[in-house]
Amino acid sequence: MTESSSPKPTTRRAFLRGAAAAGVGAAATSAAAATPDPLITEVQPWAQGFGDPVDETPYGLPIRFESDVIRRNVEWLTADTISSINFTPIHALDGTITPQGCAFERHHSGAIELAKEDYRLMINGLVDTPLVFTYADLERFPRENHVYFCECAANSGMEWAGAQLNGAQFTHGMIHNMEYTGVPLRTLLQEAGYQTAGKWVYVEGADASSNGRSIPMEKALDDVLVAFKANGEALRKEHGYPVRLVVPGWEGNMWIKWLRRIEVSDAPVESREETSKYTDVLEDGTARKWTWAMDAKSVITSPSPQSPITHGPGPLVISGLAWSGRGVITRVDVSTDGGKSWQTARLAKPGEKMALSRFYLDIDWDGSEMLLQARAMDDTGYVQPTKNQLREVRGLNSIYHNNGIQTWWVRTTGEAENVEVS
Amino acid sequence: MSKYLETAALLAATCLISAPALAGDFGLGRPALPEEIAAWNLDVRPDGTGLPAGSGDVATGEAIFAERCASCHGDFAEGVGNWPKLAGGEGTLADPDPVKTVGSYWPYLSTTWDYINRSMPFGDAQSLEADEVYAITAYILYSNYLVDDDFVLSNETFGDVQMPNADGFIIDDRAETEYPKFTGEPCMQDCKDEVKITMRARVLDVTPQTEEDAATAEPVEEAAEAVVQEVAEAAPAPDPELVAQGEKVFRKCKACHQVGEKAKNRVGPHLNGIVGRAAGSVDGFRYSTPLLKRAEQGLVWTPEELTAFLASPKKYLKGTKMSFNGLRKDADLEAINAYLSTFTE
Repeated sequence: MTESSSPKPTTRRAFLRGAAAAGVGAAATSAAAATPDPLITEVQPWAQGFGDPVDETPYGLPIRFESDVIRRNVEWLTADTISSINFTPIHALDGTITPQGCAFERHHSGAIELAKEDYRLMINGLVDTPLVFTYADLERFPRENHVYFCECAANSGMEWAGAQLNGAQFTHGMIHNMEYTGVPLRTLLQEAGYQTAGKWVYVEGADASSNGRSIPMEKALDDVLVAFKANGEALRKEHGYPVRLVVPGWEGNMWIKWLRRIEVSDAPVESREETSKYTDVLEDGTARKWTWAMDAKSVITSPSPQSPITHGPGPLVISGLAWSGRGVITRVDVSTDGGKSWQTARLAKPGEKMALSRFYLDIDWDGSEMLLQARAMDDTGYVQPTKNQLREVRGLNSIYHNNGIQTWWVRTTGEAENVEVS
Repeated sequence: MSKYLETAALLAATCLISAPALAGDFGLGRPALPEEIAAWNLDVRPDGTGLPAGSGDVATGEAIFAERCASCHGDFAEGVGNWPKLAGGEGTLADPDPVKTVGSYWPYLSTTWDYINRSMPFGDAQSLEADEVYAITAYILYSNYLVDDDFVLSNETFGDVQMPNADGFIIDDRAETEYPKFTGEPCMQDCKDEVKITMRARVLDVTPQTEEDAATAEPVEEAAEAVVQEVAEAAPAPDPELVAQGEKVFRKCKACHQVGEKAKNRVGPHLNGIVGRAAGSVDGFRYSTPLLKRAEQGLVWTPEELTAFLASPKKYLKGTKMSFNGLRKDADLEAINAYLSTFTE
């Protein structure tokens, strides 16, 4: 068996300790080696013996050195992990596509196991012919492919009263971004013959929580997708296998998993998830409802508390994610001084509608402290507000839809912390 | 249907009051049968559309609530631990920590009925009869001082109930209140005079730690294991009929307790091997202090002790976390013992 000579620590604390040690005393430019590097001068076991044969791993997981790149949950948030949420390790990912295996999960009654052959989808209500589809039926409709982000309305919800959780995974990790394959909901509604008196569709899942949401017909006919593949493969159990709803740009709770029924109606149901939850209490005690769209938002994923700078001064890649539920990210600005001054970051590629954009700012870090912020803009002209700007409008009790600007305090050691600034 | 025809149909449709037909032409799927629609089309609207005939009173609701709901929501719907509070909180919505309950926040009674009917009890959804749902809903209203103790909720009286926060909601107004404010060319230079750190996450330290920091589970005492062994060997095979009976009784327990191959600790500890097990010995479950005290004194869940506990949990063990009123029938107690004895560690 080959053992790595320098296994990567797989816990956050160990990683931070390593980071701090590495950061101290490193030179700004590459120093000449004092002695030859044995990794080069000595024949290593992997250069001599065999690796794994092709029949070793029919379906692979990431290599063991990446075992810290996992979903994590926050135990005190909910009473039971059956009805709870975990967080995508965005601090450790790059690009924009989220692998299904580490994409955040939120379920209200556990992730159920529903086989394709047991799957039924019903359309009823104000339609000419109420219909039942099997999974095989769905596969016979014309398909589309789209990349969309899915963000829980409560992403960053723990930060309304101030900096609380120390890591981008926890402050911004209720988000994932996948390429979906599916049938437009419009196609299925047309197949059943939806009536013009139908102003809403109520969509519900097959699990015991019967999570259900009312969606206005205009959106249902626009870009909503009945999806059965994500990133090329079947949806994972925790993402709604075999069929979930994709509601581009709108809060994740509406993306019904294990979709079993679509009811065309003249009025919203006002279910639990659209009255007692997913409504936003304002300062005077009144609450906003039907706050479906996710406003433009961004976060620097590295450096960040779980992804500190592990090298000394010199070239530094500042990297992050930006997205808007109302369109396309057109620009992201980054500040290293807590918002006094800003420079425009580089988008890795042109923004896509309701999908994550990756941005980079490549700087020459002088090793001094930074207060890092990112600020997203979308094609409606909307500029991501500061947390205080949001609080001025909404107070502290909204829970949902916190898209305020995040600040990371990066120390001279390279360590970073979630802070709020004046 | 061609795009042209589709557009024509749309135009035609807008001219008619009840216009049919924006039909597709793939011919996929099959018509849903009325029985199938009835089985799944359960949602209830604010005006009561979708409510089945039935009724339930506050007193009946209180009894059902104690048995099926109180372990999480508390005897008075006040909520246990992190579980949802269903009562109280009136007048707190503008406070620093609003308490959002059925009484203080929920705008429609239909939502309560619908949610209980389709999704509760947690872990045993859709097990309640319509009359039971009416009764539980009536009790929750009573717990919020919204109805008197002689109130009977039915599909007839449903419309009489006024929810206090019915007018407390506005439709998303971000387009007016926020978007104009947050639109325009942003400042790039000299945007503030000074920047000060006003709050740090590390001060709070509520971020979860990784594996190495997790507390290790308390070890099971060897003595306790020996006892399990002895009892397991001595136990005769239970009567299959009694076991089947016990499985039905267990429905009252399974919102909180799991048994079987994949059983995990939930609200209550898993119950594999419970009969004959040393009390308080399941790894990773946080027992109440009184139970741990009895465990220290050597309590073992023999059929006799289990029967005594389950007949009246709160009398048997004052301060137990198990919020269950108890099994009143001897037959049920015998059956549950038989059923549980079939699950070994």
